[in-house]
Amino acid sequence: MKHLSLPLTKEERLALRAGDCVLLSGTVYTARDCAHRRFFELLDQGLPLPFDPHGAFIYYAGPCPAPAGKACGSCGPTTSARMNTFAPRLLHEGLGGMIGKGEMSAETREALKQCGAVYFAAIGGAGAMYGNAIGKMELVAFPELLSEAVYRLEVHDFPLVVAHDAHGGTVY
Amino acid sequence: MRTLDTNEISAAVYRLARKAGTTLSDSCRAALARALDGETGAAKFALETALENEIVAKREGMPVCQDTGMAVVLLTLGQDIFLTGAPLRDAVNDGVRRAYRDGCFRKSICDPLTRENTGDNTPAHLHVEIAAGDKAEIVFLPKGFGSENMSRLCMLTPAEGRDGILNFIVNTVKEAGSRPCPPVYVGVGIGGSFDSCAFLAKKALIREVGTDHPRQDVAAIEHEALARINALGIGAQGFHGKTTAIGVSCEVAPTHIAGLPVAVNIQCHCVRCEKETL
Repeated sequence: MKHLSLPLTKEERLALRAGDCVLLSGTVYTARDCAHRRFFELLDQGLPLPFDPHGAFIYYAGPCPAPAGKACGSCGPTTSARMNTFAPRLLHEGLGGMIGKGEMSAETREALKQCGAVYFAAIGGAGAMYGNAIGKMELVAFPELLSEAVYRLEVHDFPLVVAHDAHGGTVY
Repeated sequence: MRTLDTNEISAAVYRLARKAGTTLSDSCRAALARALDGETGAAKFALETALENEIVAKREGMPVCQDTGMAVVLLTLGQDIFLTGAPLRDAVNDGVRRAYRDGCFRKSICDPLTRENTGDNTPAHLHVEIAAGDKAEIVFLPKGFGSENMSRLCMLTPAEGRDGILNFIVNTVKEAGSRPCPPVYVGVGIGGSFDSCAFLAKKALIREVGTDHPRQDVAAIEHEALARINALGIGAQGFHGKTTAIGVSCEVAPTHIAGLPVAVNIQCHCVRCEKETL
């Protein structure tokens, strides 16, 4: 199993192929449907996003509250297809890629290819395992969205599959 | 006549919710372990991860999946029971509220238009059925929406018949593809009215994975649908493989001479369902 550390260089992203199983560590940002809508409102007004998108990875996830002594609660991926309307524009803003579950659209795959970015699939339903692999969790934006707010997570050895690579390859 | 305080129902809902959120049903776990056999590559990795995840959940006291779902509660109440205490609906919601707070479960219920979160995962989706006797059976099914979103209902014509039913079941799973966290458990309602058909599909998910409907013709539909779904090759998490569904469970009810409603309620591979009789 290949170990990867974020941020990934463009060369590292280009070296990944659909179907590769990897263990990913580093900083990711959570965002789901509502947070993405807010990102677009900010971009439409010419305002910056709550985090620098260049090379950043968004994790499509909304965690459970953290039990005592833990940084984060159960935190597996949500269905990525709901973010197809948002992903291409964010990739063109410089995003390094995304983590979620399930296949994404042809438009998103084309944007990944154009931008040299990569989409990883986490294993849906394995929330406890992913939550337990999060060492640190900080609120970044939109606290009123509760579990759907944007959080910065420090993840350690996330088990992932390269689902859509930067060359148009797909595991699905 | 037996007197039952709704506090006891609230306490049972609490116990069931806490347990359901943190464990897979025994029949689901066994089906996932069976599905591992013969899988390779990413699909095998996905199934191994799902099974290991439950062990981590148990060890760390965390929910198996962060989508701790909409709280579906089915209460079958014996007609010889006289309820006392807080109104039944309040008692059930109170059990849900406390379980989701104490279990560190995600609160996922919001207004459909403003999207404002209710903050405590209530209201529960409560169904009450009246039965003979003086027992109260409570079923708790936390329903995640990654799979709920892929569910469909179709008003077939009587002429479409058995083939129409089978095609609709298989196509619903095919169109859902990798999105609902396969291998899925497929609940099917056949007959009834528009609304009761959807509820039949939900009730079908309560049945243990791998068991047959007592009616032979219905069980035959379950077997045929399962074989055709697994021939699709979608596999665990959509990574291709032999197991796209761990089971198909149908419930039937009489319908109108002019119609043939069919509902397909998709359940992800985290089948979580607990029951208790008071």
